[in-house]
Amino acid sequence: MKHGFGLLALACATFGAALADATVLDPEPVNDAAITGTAFPKALSEFAFFQDGRAQGPSGRVHPYALNTPLWSDGAEKLRFIYLPAGSRLTADGEGLLQFPVGAAIIKIFAFGEGADRRLIETRVLLHRADGWVALPYRWNAEQTEATLALTGGRIDIVTPAGEAISYAIPNKNQCKTCHSIDNKVVPIGPKARNLAAAWLGQMVKAGVLDRVPEGAGTLPVWAARKPSDAAEPLARAYLDVNCAHCHQPGGGASNSGLDLRWEQRDPHAFGIGKRPVAAGRGAGEYEFSIVAGHPDQSILLYRMASAAPGIAMPELGKASVDKDGVAVVRRWIAEMPR
Amino acid sequence: MKRIAYAAALLSTAAAAPLAADTHRIEPGEGAATRLQEALILAQPGDVIELGEGRFTLTDGLSLDVDGVTVRGQGMDKSILDFTGQQGAGEGLLVTSDKVTLRDFAVENPKGDGIKSKGADMIVYSGIRVEWTGGPKPTNGAYGIYPVESVGVLVTNSKVSGASDAGIYVGQSSDITVSENIVTFNVAGIEIENSRRALVTNNIASRNTGGLLVFDLPGLPVMNGGTVILRENVVSDNDTPNFAPPGNIVASVRRGTGVLVMANDGVLIEDNAFDNNPTAHVMVIAYVQPFDDPRYNPYARNVIVGPNAFGRGGDDPQLDGKEALLEAFGGALPPVLWDGIVEDDNGLRIAEGVTGWTLNLTKPGQSMAEARPGPLELTPLESWEFPEVGAPAALEARLK
Repeated sequence: MKHGFGLLALACATFGAALADATVLDPEPVNDAAITGTAFPKALSEFAFFQDGRAQGPSGRVHPYALNTPLWSDGAEKLRFIYLPAGSRLTADGEGLLQFPVGAAIIKIFAFGEGADRRLIETRVLLHRADGWVALPYRWNAEQTEATLALTGGRIDIVTPAGEAISYAIPNKNQCKTCHSIDNKVVPIGPKARNLAAAWLGQMVKAGVLDRVPEGAGTLPVWAARKPSDAAEPLARAYLDVNCAHCHQPGGGASNSGLDLRWEQRDPHAFGIGKRPVAAGRGAGEYEFSIVAGHPDQSILLYRMASAAPGIAMPELGKASVDKDGVAVVRRWIAEMPR
Repeated sequence: MKRIAYAAALLSTAAAAPLAADTHRIEPGEGAATRLQEALILAQPGDVIELGEGRFTLTDGLSLDVDGVTVRGQGMDKSILDFTGQQGAGEGLLVTSDKVTLRDFAVENPKGDGIKSKGADMIVYSGIRVEWTGGPKPTNGAYGIYPVESVGVLVTNSKVSGASDAGIYVGQSSDITVSENIVTFNVAGIEIENSRRALVTNNIASRNTGGLLVFDLPGLPVMNGGTVILRENVVSDNDTPNFAPPGNIVASVRRGTGVLVMANDGVLIEDNAFDNNPTAHVMVIAYVQPFDDPRYNPYARNVIVGPNAFGRGGDDPQLDGKEALLEAFGGALPPVLWDGIVEDDNGLRIAEGVTGWTLNLTKPGQSMAEARPGPLELTPLESWEFPEVGAPAALEARLK
């Protein structure tokens, strides 16, 4: 939990100076019409989520947040924000997804590199319009002065924090939906109460922008604070929930696989133990089951996590390299299962 | 001009086409991948995305999520989506919207599946070619044409070759027609899985490991497959050694299988031409693996083998005890192989003149070591009733 705040503080530090300025100067308000209209704004700056594009000082009612266990995207540094229009607030729905008013937006910035080499690569926005959520990707220019709509996504050569040179894929608009979709409707994924620090939720209540701190808040482990002595199961299940379950659940993009990797799924067969693949193709490798208890090296799930080859690698989108930390935790979880 | 023409058509025929319908033509060449994906994203219902002639080089999978769009090329050998250099996504083209028509283009060498349509009702695939051009290899993608979780599916006049699972795979769907396709050098030519009311007719399935498969598997969101007709297909020379990755259910298909029915409720096999399938022209079996799913019925029920033309076959079976079996049956096994497992009095039925052999097993999952092979001794049916099935007529009508 403490670490969650550490991350948040870190996120705040990156725009600290600008934040101070913003409180002094009369800030430009967020462009509500750009969020609720029917068009796809061509430039990220049209939304005015930030007072200074480069420094990412948030505008009024733009709230930074962090997740206990975040989605891994080739090691990208991510900054997350929620915008709530004036007079509106979030409502809690148990440990699940916070409910957003129409006119709200969720903003996620992806960056690579440190210090002077740090580059914003893309910013993804989810806009809650009257007829549902819309997901749009924006790509930052080389000068880092503006991000423009990248409906068709794109590729960019980067070096990951692990030192691997990869072709990083910015998703196209449809690919945004591939992950952000339940029963063919676009939905947010990240801001579930269980994956948000209870203290942050408390702050939001205090600020009058959330109705209450629900039971089950902050129950997912804080990934960045994990220690080798921590139990593997909650870490692994949280990792799979956050990285895989948006598709691998009923109504999700991979529903036809029958594999359900949600945190709340308690049926071992449903989350992979002794479960045969359905449409895995060569993704199954030499193996017969998603998870073989006690045998990580015979488990398709781990085989696919540990691969970066298209057609084998999971997740299919948003991954060009292997998350060695994620693989290590899931490996330990499977290895520790009674055979 | 196009819009004016459209309006005129509307006035003259009062057709219910959306006013905004338009044709967007995409030529191959510089930036084609981006132009094509952009057109697919910005299309309005009723629009046509027309692919020019030539080769489109793609590094990422394409996707379509707008209802009622037609993607149409100049022909399956003329407009080619080339995924040889694919770097991401699980398939070449993903369709997640309804009433889509895909016709007259090719998908080559996708890293995963060829074209997948998921939750995409009333879809038509016509004149599509999906091919892994290096021949059958386990590193090829799994499915060529892959509609799943859909109601109303027509796959016709298409060709698939090289799939490391099934060339044409229809899963967890209903009201399906798969007709006039040519499937070669796949592990399974055509597979109907956990689906209902499917008509598989007038196809040529040749040089696969197994020609036509009808499966029902446990543990899936949609189960209880059945009411499937296999009629007037040519199922010949399915003799390619199984090259599926081992974990997949089709990895268990024996080289040389014409038709394989596993589990399912109601399958009619009639008026097909079988030739030179060296293990068995027709194989009917219960689900063979252990399962823990109370919703699942592992038996093959109400399977009818009607009149078919059975040529040479069963003469080089990929079966344990092959030599003894061949000797016992005089050099070639009879056309129908049944495991003998019945749930009730509703197992395999045959028409007059159909011959076969049975393993005389009694329980699903029973060891082959307990088989007591013998000739098939069933009283032939004099007649039978089977519902007519297939895709809604509106899908066929869309191609006219």
